[in-house]
Amino acid sequence: MSETPVDPEEVRHVADLARIDLDEDEVDRFAVQFADILSYFDALDDVPEVDAEADLVNVMRADEVREGLSQEEALQNAPETEDGYFKGPNVS
Amino acid sequence: MSVDAFITETTIEGADDGPLSGRTVAVKDNISTEGVRTTCGSEMLAEYVPPYDATVVERLKAAGTTVVGKTNMDEFGMGTTTETSAFGPTKNPVDESRVPGGSSGGSAAAVAAGEADVALGSDTGGSIRCPAAFCGVVGIKPTYGLVSRYGLVAYANSLEQIGPLAPTVEAAAELLEVIAGPDERDATTREEGADADYASAADGDVEGLSIGVPTELIEGADDRVVEQFRAALDDLEARGAETHEVSLPSVERAVQAYYVIAMSEASSNLARFDGVRYGPDADVEGNWNESFARVREEGFGDEVKRRILLGTYALSAGYHDKYYAKAQDARAWLKRDFDEALAEADVLASPTMPVLPFELGESLDDPLQMYLADANTVPVNLANLPAISVPAGRADGLPVGLQLIGPTFGERDIIRAASAVEN
Repeated sequence: MSETPVDPEEVRHVADLARIDLDEDEVDRFAVQFADILSYFDALDDVPEVDAEADLVNVMRADEVREGLSQEEALQNAPETEDGYFKGPNVS
Repeated sequence: MSVDAFITETTIEGADDGPLSGRTVAVKDNISTEGVRTTCGSEMLAEYVPPYDATVVERLKAAGTTVVGKTNMDEFGMGTTTETSAFGPTKNPVDESRVPGGSSGGSAAAVAAGEADVALGSDTGGSIRCPAAFCGVVGIKPTYGLVSRYGLVAYANSLEQIGPLAPTVEAAAELLEVIAGPDERDATTREEGADADYASAADGDVEGLSIGVPTELIEGADDRVVEQFRAALDDLEARGAETHEVSLPSVERAVQAYYVIAMSEASSNLARFDGVRYGPDADVEGNWNESFARVREEGFGDEVKRRILLGTYALSAGYHDKYYAKAQDARAWLKRDFDEALAEADVLASPTMPVLPFELGESLDDPLQMYLADANTVPVNLANLPAISVPAGRADGLPVGLQLIGPTFGERDIIRAASAVEN
């Protein structure tokens, strides 16, 4: 069994962090599935530490003005716009 | 369209003369096409029309291909069967009661059914190779950084690459040649592949080729799959290749590491889908957070929600070191194992999928069971290596795929070996 059993409260908490509403059926189903999946992930506990020398190179380009999307193109997929702006829900 | 390979049928004409002029191509629906909707198999993007082309689509047009459709896929690339698409499943052209594999199932089915000459898919944990194996076509997952991801709707950026699906190794190599090479709009692309010549490597010459066979990738596989795999290896030996067993102990932890990393990256990447700049109109009362949460509840399917939530969990305070950090250790361990095995072999060979194609509906209720089917493909993505799936005969009338894994930018090696398997 997993060292971290998942109760429905925990699923609700994570769903809240991820900004996804869940109905009660989903909460219960995910709680069962998450317990299974997380207990399978527990096998990562015995992975050894390996020195990994990442072969990284910075990729730079000149900071020059270039053509981008027009305002009309940028707004074309928005469900709601107003005066050339995206219209979103209230922040508070 | 008998097998439901396409979400959107279209005709996007390319240049009059190019290396692939006259060729039709099907494009996975997570690759942006200017003016043609790109849904990612999701309700969230059901009406989304990109205002620009992905770099690979620009290159296809310049090469003279005609895009004939946007292909069905598991929602946001999350699945192994193309059944998690919001637009319904695609059927396997070889046996319509079976899945085509996923998540690029529509692309593989379009090629297998002759509805396009070639196709593009994307491979995050095997999503090109799996459907290639299940549908009996060729699929290549390129080295990370060979092909631009600009315009690919991101799921797990550190793992995914766009790649070709085709009826033959040579045709897949030709398509790879067109899409490979650096792109200033994707800073993870590399200079290698700028003037790549892959098609000429499909010459079937494996005299003296050294093939390592990882024992761990054979052990769990279906006997019928292993039998076909062994027969294909015997053929390669008869043509002058040499095979030997290798051990990759780290692959026993690859599936766990893959899912932790992919889900974590997904939880971050998919945060952009909030229904404001694009997406469905939630038409709900409430503040930003409430509205956002409602749109995402309605727009995302089960598998996508599952992965976002598990990814959020794996990155949350208290669990980061247990899951995400350990998964990164496993990734480093895998890279080292592969480096050692490829120091003593030109390529590695395994069955692409450890199982034969599932019946439609068979795997949907048990996500963990579905994740386990990716055991042979995900190690390659974690190690950023190139791999090809090539048909290696049939078992019980169903296609079996053989996977060849090469060293970094060793595309020519795997193409050469695969061309010997198909002949």
